[in-house]
Formats: sequence, structure tokens, C-alpha cells
Amino acid sequence: RKIIFEKQWFYLDNAIGHIYGTTFEVTSGGNLQPKQEVEEATTETKEAGTDNRNIVDDGKSQKLTHDDIKALKDKGIKGQEIVQQLIENSTTFRDKTEFAQDKYIKKKKKKYEAVITIVKPSTRILSTMYYAREPGKINHLRYDTLAQMLTLGNIRAGNKMIVMETCAGLVLGAVMERMGGKYHGYGSIIQMYPGGGPVRAATSCFGFPKPFYDNLHEFPLSKVDSLLSGTFSTETLPSEPEDNVLVEEESNGLTDEKQTSLQETEEESTTEAAMEINQTEEQETMDINAEDVDFKETKEKENKENVREKQRKQWERRRKLIETAALLREKNADGLIVASKFHPTPLLLSLLEFVAPSRPFVVYCQYKEPLLECYTKLRERGGVINLKLSETWLRNYQVLPDRSHPKLTMSGGGGYLLSGITVVLDKGKPDSSNSEALKMEEPSSKRCKVQDLHC
Amino acid sequence: MSFVEYGDTIKDGDTAIVFLGHESMFPVKVQHGTVTQTKYGVIRHSTDLIGKKYGSKVTCSKGGWVFILHPTPELWTMNLPHRTQILYSTDISIITMMLELKPGSIVCESGTGSGSLSHALIRTVAPTGHLYTVEFHQQRAEKAREEFREHGVEHLVTVTNQDVCKNGFGVSNIADAVFLDIPSPWEAIGHAKSALKAEGGRICSFSPCIEQVQRTCLAMEEYGFTEINTLEILLRVYNVRTISLQIPDLGKTAEENSSTDFDSSNPSNQGSPCANLQQGTVQFKSGVPLREVVGHTGYLTFATKS
Repeated sequence: RKIIFEKQWFYLDNAIGHIYGTTFEVTSGGNLQPKQEVEEATTETKEAGTDNRNIVDDGKSQKLTHDDIKALKDKGIKGQEIVQQLIENSTTFRDKTEFAQDKYIKKKKKKYEAVITIVKPSTRILSTMYYAREPGKINHLRYDTLAQMLTLGNIRAGNKMIVMETCAGLVLGAVMERMGGKYHGYGSIIQMYPGGGPVRAATSCFGFPKPFYDNLHEFPLSKVDSLLSGTFSTETLPSEPEDNVLVEEESNGLTDEKQTSLQETEEESTTEAAMEINQTEEQETMDINAEDVDFKETKEKENKENVREKQRKQWERRRKLIETAALLREKNADGLIVASKFHPTPLLLSLLEFVAPSRPFVVYCQYKEPLLECYTKLRERGGVINLKLSETWLRNYQVLPDRSHPKLTMSGGGGYLLSGITVVLDKGKPDSSNSEALKMEEPSSKRCKVQDLHC
Repeated sequence: MSFVEYGDTIKDGDTAIVFLGHESMFPVKVQHGTVTQTKYGVIRHSTDLIGKKYGSKVTCSKGGWVFILHPTPELWTMNLPHRTQILYSTDISIITMMLELKPGSIVCESGTGSGSLSHALIRTVAPTGHLYTVEFHQQRAEKAREEFREHGVEHLVTVTNQDVCKNGFGVSNIADAVFLDIPSPWEAIGHAKSALKAEGGRICSFSPCIEQVQRTCLAMEEYGFTEINTLEILLRVYNVRTISLQIPDLGKTAEENSSTDFDSSNPSNQGSPCANLQQGTVQFKSGVPLREVVGHTGYLTFATKS
């Protein structure tokens, strides 16, 4: 299968059998496996200037023309050699400071020496990648914010978690990773989904073994109200089987598309497991095509079988739904994670009903304001303590001898979190929670006034 | 109760967190016949705690009440007895994710310190993983062992009392990840490399000073670590406040003032009391940063052995 990544295309066949973290060099078509570390050709006498007082930008320092470089590339000369040529033909290179020479080489290497490293998928890799490549699909949830969610939510093996996300299944995958063992997951996850079915494009990039999905349940968000009020009935449920099937197919399509686009775009490419899935899928479609040609007459019979198959699937779906509803009805979940494009307040007010007391919950929102409201509404509702609205800032550093400094500040874009702990909600005194809120707010508002005075 | 498994009811011998309100809480060891004093009065363990559900409201002798919470590594971090400077949950969360920890991971840590990070690591790698933690201070190592036993996680952790820079982690080729929080991490990089699995793994070093980071990065490069990356994470906490700002008197009549639509400029205050409670003020909800926040904890340097 042909993969396009960073204006390069290649086949992954040669990468199979190598350990994760192996670096490959791209040749015309396939993959080569070069040495892990290329020994730097630093034997030549090092000449360097001390400052740039005599370096003039006349645009003529590089003696090779665009056409020359293109010719070198067309000849299929190794990138390393092109870089060497560029250095040799640069009149100013020797006058540059050592640091500037370093920088020059690094820049050229990046351009001409195409190397890719294939790594194992993990929350670290995938969340970093999604934030860099497709932040819109994960509601701009930055990876350090996701890390906070996993910790604040006390995600671990054996939990019964409720997850409501519209982050392409990335948050779900992260939770599954933290709850999973080597071969199967520990505990259970109930994914609440809007619309016709859950989106798990990013989840499939993790390459979880199949048993991981055994304890993954899903429940439609649109049935939450009826479940809470007790009017939930399974008869009314899969009334839109057609829809469900359609959407499911659609989301499957999305998954595939996603996998390809990931492979296309991400330097740290995807798993062998994912590749295997794709391969089998291709085979399946081929089989189906063959059948179509061969058994034209038996089409009707096939149709009937299709209907039966559909009914079987429908029945299966209904069974699973009843199971999930029963799990939710126990109202003893060990935590709630919300990260969606929807307004968090109604989600939280309803979904918290399913969570046991003394359990953490975390809500992500790209914006602060909805969480301010959510905070107020939760205080009014009661049954929660230790509410905290927070944000993290992340700063990356360049660390080099004598050249260490912060790289870039990433603030603002990472989103906000509202977290807290559930407690037993006493229904006898409805205003007790209010007085609690008042009591808690009082000292801080006092402090606020003091602050105002200082200003 | 256990730090690696939720329980419903409070039992004799449990560690529970007493929540007094507004970030004020402390841990208690639940024991028959014991009493705990709070500013709201006395809590009698036998009658007030044992057998109750976690998350319950407990009324104290003076009529005040507290909540009793199930322990988690995060609550423990906020309440543990400090023997050293500790790592807080913000740093812990990024360490856990960047080291790619999950159930079954084998982790090496040094120093153990007050065990703040240790509890979080154990939580994440349980039930099949293991933590090998090295502490050169004998008393601290003993105390940590005792705590792990009390918290029902001793089967998931091995505490070794030795100098990691000289003697390493006491294990080789078994770790998926190594974490270093020591004054001279560069002296332990070699030991870290040999503790990691042959097929590779991740490493993290926490240092407050950039000079330490510098030396650590050089050492990592020397030992062939790749993907060396240094970062810093800071937590910003916001207080949710209703703020009211006075409208200045510019000599306009009252009618003109009220016709000016201040609220439309502030879409955040839907559902909040934005009506002018007092004449001439506008109210809105705001997330106000704390007056003083943590500006720096330490640099985190991550790298891969492959």
C-alpha cells in the first residue's frame, strides 16, 4: 500500500520485522534501513568565524543554482552528499560561527535527508500528533491537558468509567490505555455518544488487541433522560436500525480514512496492527466482488441472508444496549470524563447521577466561560466538593551547550478543566448545599475585596 | 480501601481523607476506639466512620460536618507528611503520560522522597506492573516502606536503600521507564540505561535548575538516548467570582444609562445575575487567577532508549 507523508511517498513493506524506533531512509519507492546513527563527517578541519561583521547578504554565497540542485536530486544522489555539496559551495560557510554552521547543516539536512522513524502508538504520540495536525478534531485539547484529565480522574485498571467525548476517540483511547493490561483491559468503560454511533477513529490508531473492546460499552446520549426518569424502554431503542447501520458504516469509513491520513501525514507512523486490519479489509472487499460476479443468480438468496444478518446485528445491538443501561442504572461509576464540543453543564448535571460518591470527575472545555457557568450550577446542585477550574501552560526548551532557552510558549490554546469529587447528596435539606457554597465562597470573596483595596 | 482499588465503605485500618471545606483536608488512619479532633468537633471512628460509605457527610460533636473521602494518589499528594520537597499532580500527570506508563509497566524511580510520585506510579502500573524505587536516606526509605504497607500496595513496590548514582537501581534490563529526581541525575544516566529493557524504554529527569538539565542532556546524548526533549508545565487555577463593576457617571441622565447595553458585550454571563442589582453597576462571572501562583517547579527532560 502506498503511503504519502511530508511530500514523500513510500511502501511500508520493508519496515515489517524491524523493532519500533527504527529509522528509515526513503528511496524512490520503498524503504531502506540505514544505520541507527550516521557517523558525523566531522573529520575535516573545523574552520569557523567568530562573528558576522563581514558577512554580507548578497544572495550569491551559494554557488550552486536551483537547476544544479535539482539535477543532483534527479540523479538520485544521497541527501547526505547533496548537503555536503551545498556546504562546499557556500562561500560564507567558513566565515560563519560554529553555532551558525551547525544550524545551517541542520536546516539543510532536514530538507535533503529524508528519514522517518516508525514508533509504537501511545497516548503520548497520538495526542501530540493530533494536537499538532488536527486540533479541530479534538476540540484543541492539548496533550498536557489530556494528561491532567487522566490523573485528576484517577484513571486506572479496574475502574468503571463513564466517558463522553467528541475528540475522535482520542480521550477514549487514552482512558483505555490506562485501564488496559497486556492482553485485555481491566474494568469497564461506558462511552456516551451523540448521534448515531460513537466515533473511534483515533481509538483504532492505538492498535489495542481485540479483547480490550470486550468491556467497552456504548450508550446513546439521547436516551440518558429516559434512563434517569425510568421511562427507558428497549423497545423504543433500536427503532432506527437503518440509521444506525448507516452511521456505523460511515464511521467505519471515517476510521479507514483517518488511518490513511494518519499514515500519510504523521512522521511517527502507525502500527503494524493497524496495517494488518487494513489488509484484511481489502481482502474482504475483494472476496465480495468475486462473489458478486460469480453468483448473480443467487443474489436474491443473498439478499435474504443480508436481511437476516441485519436482524441478527440489530438484535445484538439491542442486547448490548440493555446491558449498558443496566450498568448505568447501578449508579456506581468510578468516575466521569467529559471532553466534547457540547455545552458541559447539561452533560454534567445528568451524567453525574451515574457516578458513585467520593469519585473524581473532570470536564474539559475549550473555553473558560461555559465552565464558569457549570461551576455555579454544580454548586447549586450540591453533591460535589473540591471544585477546581484550572488550565496548564506548557513550555518547551531548547537545551544545547551555551544555547539553552525556551522554545515556544503554548498558552491559551490548550483548553480548560473543571474537576471535582462527588459526595453523597442529601436530599432532605436542599439548601444545605447552598449554605456550603456560601460558606466556602465567603473567605475567598473577602480576600478578593482585600485584593481590590490593594490595587 | 486501597490506593489501587475503590471500596464502598470505610473499614478499620483504612486511610481516609477528612474534607473540611475549601481545600482544607487531612488524612486519618481509621481505627476502632480512636477519635479525631477537627475545628467542627470530635469524630469518633467506631461510630462515625467505620461502616459508613465513602463520600458521606459526617456530623461532628459541635454540629459542624465534614466529608470523608476515599484516598487517591492525588488527595494523598495534597495531604501527605512532607519529608522532602514533593512533586505535585500537575508534573506527575505529564510524567506519567510522557513515560507511557500503563497497567503492567515496570518503573524505576529515585529518590523515593516523600512518596508523592510513587503512589501515582503504583496506581498507574497496578495490578501487574511494579515499581522499583531507590532512596539513599535510610529513614526515608523505612518510612516509605511503612506507608506502602499501610496503603495496601506493598506487593507492587520494592524500596531499596542505596545510592542510585553509585549502585544503580538494583535491577537490570527489566524497566519500561525510569524517573530521576535527584541532585545530580547525570551521574545516574548510565545506571538508568542498564535498568531499562534491552528493547528500549523511556526516561525522565526532574531538575529545578537549567545547569542540571544541561549536564543531564549531555549525559543522555552520550549514552545514546534519542528524542531528548525538555519541557516545563505550569498550573493556573482560577477562582470563580461574580464581579460587579461600577458604571462611571459621565453626567448622562439615568434613562440614557439604562439604554446602554453593557451585557451584550459580555456573552459569558448568561444565566448569571447580570441584572443591575445596585443602581449603576454591571455584574459578570469571571475566572480570577490566584494572587500568587507557582511559577516554577522544575524542568522535565524526557528521552527514549531504543
